[in-house]
Amino acid sequence: MIIDKLRTRAARRAVVSLLVFAVLWELNARFLSKNVPPPSAVLAAWVTVVGQPDYWHSWYMSFTRVLGGFSAAMLVGIPFGLLLASSRTLFGVFFPVFEVLRPIPPLAWVPASIIFWPTQELSIAFVTFLGAFYTIVINVIGGAQAIDPRYFEVARSMGATRWNVFRRIILPATLPSIVVGAVVGMGITWEVVVAAEMISGGGSQAGGTAGGGLGFLIWSSYVGGSYELIVLGMISIGIAGLISSELLRKLGVYVTPWIQARSS
Amino acid sequence: MISSRITVENVVKSYGSTKVVGDCSFALEPGKLTVMIGPSGCGKSTLVRLLAGFEPPSEGGIAVDGAPAVGPSHDRLVLFQETALFPWMTALDNVLYGPRARGRVNEHTVQRAMELLHKVGCGAFAQKYPTQLSGGMQRRVELARAMINEPKVMILDEPFRGLDALTKELMWQYYAALFEETGRTHLFITTDIDEAVFLADRILIMANKPTRVRAVIDVDLPRPRSLETMVANDRAAEIKQQALDILHDESLRSFAGGNKAALDFIASYERRFGRVAASAATEQQ
Repeated sequence: MIIDKLRTRAARRAVVSLLVFAVLWELNARFLSKNVPPPSAVLAAWVTVVGQPDYWHSWYMSFTRVLGGFSAAMLVGIPFGLLLASSRTLFGVFFPVFEVLRPIPPLAWVPASIIFWPTQELSIAFVTFLGAFYTIVINVIGGAQAIDPRYFEVARSMGATRWNVFRRIILPATLPSIVVGAVVGMGITWEVVVAAEMISGGGSQAGGTAGGGLGFLIWSSYVGGSYELIVLGMISIGIAGLISSELLRKLGVYVTPWIQARSS
Repeated sequence: MISSRITVENVVKSYGSTKVVGDCSFALEPGKLTVMIGPSGCGKSTLVRLLAGFEPPSEGGIAVDGAPAVGPSHDRLVLFQETALFPWMTALDNVLYGPRARGRVNEHTVQRAMELLHKVGCGAFAQKYPTQLSGGMQRRVELARAMINEPKVMILDEPFRGLDALTKELMWQYYAALFEETGRTHLFITTDIDEAVFLADRILIMANKPTRVRAVIDVDLPRPRSLETMVANDRAAEIKQQALDILHDESLRSFAGGNKAALDFIASYERRFGRVAASAATEQQ
């Protein structure tokens, strides 16, 4: 199947562009910027590290945090957004507070969150949660408010109950916006988790099982002076982010089959 | 009772101080297809919303077989101007929506849904999503979605507006066949005189300020109707001319009352028939 994919023009272009990028980087590292590790050195570092459980533990730590924060943001954000979209009163009460808090970058919450939450792990989870939460809520509200009012009139005419309208009209009509919010939110979650790990995960107060993660891997490699590992950590995050966005997009297509149907 | 009589008595609808529908009365005869035609801005779409129960009238009342009609009900279903099919449901699921919402689905219902889809020429597209269907097909699936609920009255608010001429004629045929088969009470709103003559048992010509029935024309053309026989039919041409004369007269009044939209109709009418017909219509009253 992968062989089949390689035969497509787009796939060939992707491979060529990645190779050219690696070659240029290699040349640059060898002749111009000598303190940048060349890709060959990064690859060598990867070969040594790939067998070590510590490396995979970093992946595991970051993925767990991303999934935890992201899932919490979905679980809280979707009902919250739907509630705000369905009631003018609730919208009037909660939206102003939401709009004041929303521009605060999640990373600005790091110190407060470390003080507020009892464990390091919870404070990272909280900051990660914030990263995705606002995007999801905004998308859910936008999607739910844009529903064609005639859908409700049709449903009411045909004798639908409130629950039926919610389950069969509001939810599916909002789903495409939820998917968009989730994909964007997932990207933000990765940005936030790595920064949070650098700031708090690698701190001296990190006792016991706390700390670790790909962000911490980068930071500790920097402190330890192994530049290949810094770059390796960066690439690992890129790949991790790509995998999660791709999975989410696949899931999105699966739950909204009618969107994809348009192009076929 | 399959066919119901719908009566509209002294209905008034105001938004704030603006009276959109003023003292309007008419009846829809049981089992008949009544077409309502009138200048734009005469409150036709507001009447539709009142009949469907989406909004209550400010004064007066609407009754189905003598019983007051309050709020939306699957007794009175509307086909809107533009498609309101649920994009996230396949054609079949859209048609089954009403019965499912009321918790009344069995094998017979699914069978009936497929039968209706076949009847409107969309049987092969039951598993397609609305975005995969053409505009004309979407309207037909929507017709099936309404008809499966066996409404006492079907209200169609300019349903074929925006379709190209050929598609429109195809729609008339599908729709007329469906109407003739079920024999229920239908109200069809349009601004297209050919559509009105082809479909109607009775044509209500509306006037505005206040909204009222200006004239009723009985269309005594035989059913089933086909485009071939209608084009050559003298009686059809006569009815069309009669309706146009009244509409022209109404447009003149409407224009005098400040409705600029009426001007287009007057201009095209006079280009087509000359001023003679217009003055003849005025003398007739």
